Amino acid sequence: MSPRARMVVFGCGAAGFAALLAWGLAGLPSFGHFDGAYGQLLAHITVPERKATSVIAVTTFDFRGFDTLGEEFILFTAAVGVLVLLRLQRGEEQVPADPQTPREPVAESLSLRSVATALVGPVLVLGIYVVAHGALTPGGGFQGGVVLMSSFLLVYLAGSHLRLGGSRPITAMEVAEATGAAGFVLIGLGGLVLAGTFMENFIPAGTRGSLLSGGDVPLFNIAVGLEVMGALLVVLGELLDQRLLTRKESD
Amino acid sequence: MTAVQATVLVVVALGGGAVVLSRDPARQALVTSVFGLSLAALFFVFQAPDVALSQIVVGAVALPAMILLALGKIRRRERAAEQKR
Repeated sequence: MSPRARMVVFGCGAAGFAALLAWGLAGLPSFGHFDGAYGQLLAHITVPERKATSVIAVTTFDFRGFDTLGEEFILFTAAVGVLVLLRLQRGEEQVPADPQTPREPVAESLSLRSVATALVGPVLVLGIYVVAHGALTPGGGFQGGVVLMSSFLLVYLAGSHLRLGGSRPITAMEVAEATGAAGFVLIGLGGLVLAGTFMENFIPAGTRGSLLSGGDVPLFNIAVGLEVMGALLVVLGELLDQRLLTRKESD
Repeated sequence: MTAVQATVLVVVALGGGAVVLSRDPARQALVTSVFGLSLAALFFVFQAPDVALSQIVVGAVALPAMILLALGKIRRRERAAEQKR
């Protein structure tokens, strides 16, 4: 196809897309005027029924809980898929994985190392805060889980590496991921056993504004936080592991 | 729409253009990170703080980190292939 013909095809496509987009945007309700019945209903019943002030957290874990269960396992499956792919490649390269040899620090820059070291603690606390306050304020398990993951990433940036009780940190993270995913299902099963329906709330809703309000929403947040942190660290850990292994080979 | 919202919309439009126009993939990953932050600001001023938090952690931290790691892996493989020749 000549460049000229290509430009004609692109021009037709872009013009059609622009026309459809303008048509669609013209039909949107104006900003700030939402008239969906579902949203109005949720905004009015969340605080009286569940005593949780974060309507979004209650919507994801309670009113649309089964949906969130599916989303949980999307991430779980994606992480497992990455693991399978990367481990196969490591076997192909025939590089011995020796956890006993100390890893060389990756960060050469002193300023990067000091900033990363100083940030590890505050970011870890922030992550726990975001997970724990999921039922009260914006945030929750997913956001907090990624913040927790980045605090471990900072440890790596500071030129150090994790050592958790003598075992390989990646094993510990796999356990965290699996515990989170299993915990989510178990809380749901708790609803089936104690309240009659899968994922039905079976914990007293508490008082509005306290840390333990919202029934089982805080528990779901902790499970999701563990799972997200574990899944992302497993993926990052596998990528970094390979990086270190291959680097050693080339030296 | 307030002035803040209009400003952030313009910043996001410029940022998206900057991501497309940067040619070096490693640099592009960093521009993506900044663009992710501006998107988070957009969600925040349009009153979606939950989405803004997710956007900060995924768009500005996790995604660029994964891209950079993947780039490092591809380059190593290219270097290894050159050495074999």
